[in-house]
Amino acid sequence: MSDKTLTRADLAEAVYQEVGLSRQESADLVQSVLTMVSDTLANGENVKLSSFGSFLLRDKRGRVGRNPKTGVEVPIEERRVLVFKPSQVLKERVDSSLSKD
Amino acid sequence: MIKSELIDKLAEANPHLYHRDVERVVNTVLDGITDALAAGDRVELRGFGAFSVRCRPARVGRNPRTGESVAVKEKHVPFFKTGKELRERVDESRASVPELTG
Repeated sequence: MSDKTLTRADLAEAVYQEVGLSRQESADLVQSVLTMVSDTLANGENVKLSSFGSFLLRDKRGRVGRNPKTGVEVPIEERRVLVFKPSQVLKERVDSSLSKD
Repeated sequence: MIKSELIDKLAEANPHLYHRDVERVVNTVLDGITDALAAGDRVELRGFGAFSVRCRPARVGRNPRTGESVAVKEKHVPFFKTGKELRERVDESRASVPELTG
């Protein structure tokens, strides 16, 4: 696997190139997309983006966990977590370009 | 919320933009992440989360019906780790929004 890391700036540059808005507006819109997805999730609502994937909220019950190193029991409180379920399209894109047959 | 609703809401918040341009913004962001992952790269979006690719090594699997051994090839799968800020906001929503929707 390569070790390149993309950031907001790279996505803003792609929007600038593809859509032809100003650099400032492109950067602002990338942030708006992320903010709107985050706000929706923080409001208890799942976000499903077809051909990309779904951001799904899950309520987890509390349980007794264990420090694997020391074996000491620690309580894990009930919590809400976010999981990303990639779409079939995204999974196939990634696997077909990276796995050898 | 689905993609078309996300685009509509963004378009509403940006009345100076064409709806089709907002649509292209959202698709460009998602395509940018997809292309990066397909190239084996990471995408790190502070506060939101990080997308990466995990490699599941080849293994010998079993047909659960017949018990027969089958070779399962190595597989690369997209992976998302929620960022600290979003993780905390999502957990806090448990108190204010007990019921999950969408």
